[in-house]
Amino acid sequence: MLITLDADLVEITLRSLYVTLTALVIASAIALPLGALLAVRRFRARRVTIAVLNALMGLPPVVVGLIVYVMLSRSGPFGVLGLLFTPTAMIIAQVIIIVPLIASIAHQALRELWSDYHDLLISMNTTQTQRVQALLWDGRRALLTASLAGFGRAIGEVGAIMVVGGNIDHHTRVLTTAIALETGKGEFALALGLGFVLIAMAIAVNLAIHVISRTERGGRW
Amino acid sequence: MSNLFPVKLEGALVRRAGKVLIGPVDLELHAKGVAIVIGPNGAGKTSLLRMMHGIARLGEGRIDWACPPSEARAHQAFVFQQPIMMRRSVLGNLAYPLRLSGLSRPEANARAAEAAVDVGLGEMLDRPAPYLSGGERQKLALARALVTQPELLFLDEPCASLDGRATREIEEILTRAAARGTRLIMSTHDMGQARRLATEVLFLLNGNIHEHSPAEAFFGGASTAQAQAFLKGDIVE
Repeated sequence: MLITLDADLVEITLRSLYVTLTALVIASAIALPLGALLAVRRFRARRVTIAVLNALMGLPPVVVGLIVYVMLSRSGPFGVLGLLFTPTAMIIAQVIIIVPLIASIAHQALRELWSDYHDLLISMNTTQTQRVQALLWDGRRALLTASLAGFGRAIGEVGAIMVVGGNIDHHTRVLTTAIALETGKGEFALALGLGFVLIAMAIAVNLAIHVISRTERGGRW
Repeated sequence: MSNLFPVKLEGALVRRAGKVLIGPVDLELHAKGVAIVIGPNGAGKTSLLRMMHGIARLGEGRIDWACPPSEARAHQAFVFQQPIMMRRSVLGNLAYPLRLSGLSRPEANARAAEAAVDVGLGEMLDRPAPYLSGGERQKLALARALVTQPELLFLDEPCASLDGRATREIEEILTRAAARGTRLIMSTHDMGQARRLATEVLFLLNGNIHEHSPAEAFFGGASTAQAQAFLKGDIVE
């Protein structure tokens, strides 16, 4: 199957990539500015927000899946959208799982940068938005790590997407749910093969992002 | 250009954790010259500069610029004792305040490049700023502060950890800036530097201004005993 590059295999691999990368882009767009804002801004609920965010990093995916399921099911508030058992539902669940993780790591990294920049940016009379922009831009390498951590969690996730996606062949089956299924059927060789594909893909994406963003090259901060 | 001066401080005071860092200060400064702030460690030199610049919150009293406070802030810049390098190239660091002031990217970059040449960093525009040497960093910080052509520049011991040559280069840049009409207020521990640059001297002791006089008068014969002792190099407490 691996050697012949079975059409089904290619299909579920691409679907895995599609779901996780889409979720990653959406989650990063929410979580990175949130992390920067938490570093820059002093508001009353800040400590609580950070504590909650850190706690949510360990959010059990199955529970997230369940909640998204209830929300999207026919009788739920978003039932009319008909999203349950679609890749979109899987993306929604993954976004919810990785936003706290990315935001929390981003906040840790940017807090340090902000303590460096604090006096300078205050002295330059910057607005809050300008401060967030400066932190996001100058901290982009650290933020890459945050996003990659999110990717790692999302790509290997099975609980939530199994619940909301349903592991429907040719529709919502992805690598992790296929592995769970094959293992359940006792097809260990096939499950292992799929596992290696998953690992290889995770490594390939990480490397690709590193190459594109030129980290670890020339030792630049 | 708006005019910041004269600036008047009345009973201005900064506290941190209940302890008075500086003040109450009554002071009036006019547009021209180089004011050098001297005094022993902990006398409140840094606090005075930060208070005037507005990055330390005023506990009591008032600071009145000759123009609205927001405008006053926009025409000032501050050079910190430890230069703060943004994680960007030399050019990026210099262009940043220009971009903030609303210049387009090409325009900002062009002016930033000129500013770099001005302080002798023209050869290293693309170098990441955090990788510069101590002297280069301070020159970059100085150029970044001057690039928006502020009317008033605060410097907090800018040469504190620099060698003679770097210090001389910094002083040349400062002298040029002063000649162009930038008002300088600078703290230093280096009495030689104070003599070379000062047109007026603020001598601080125990969180307050102990003596404020023109440079020649101060170095010719300070009027208070403590200032004389400090000038002689005695330990003043």
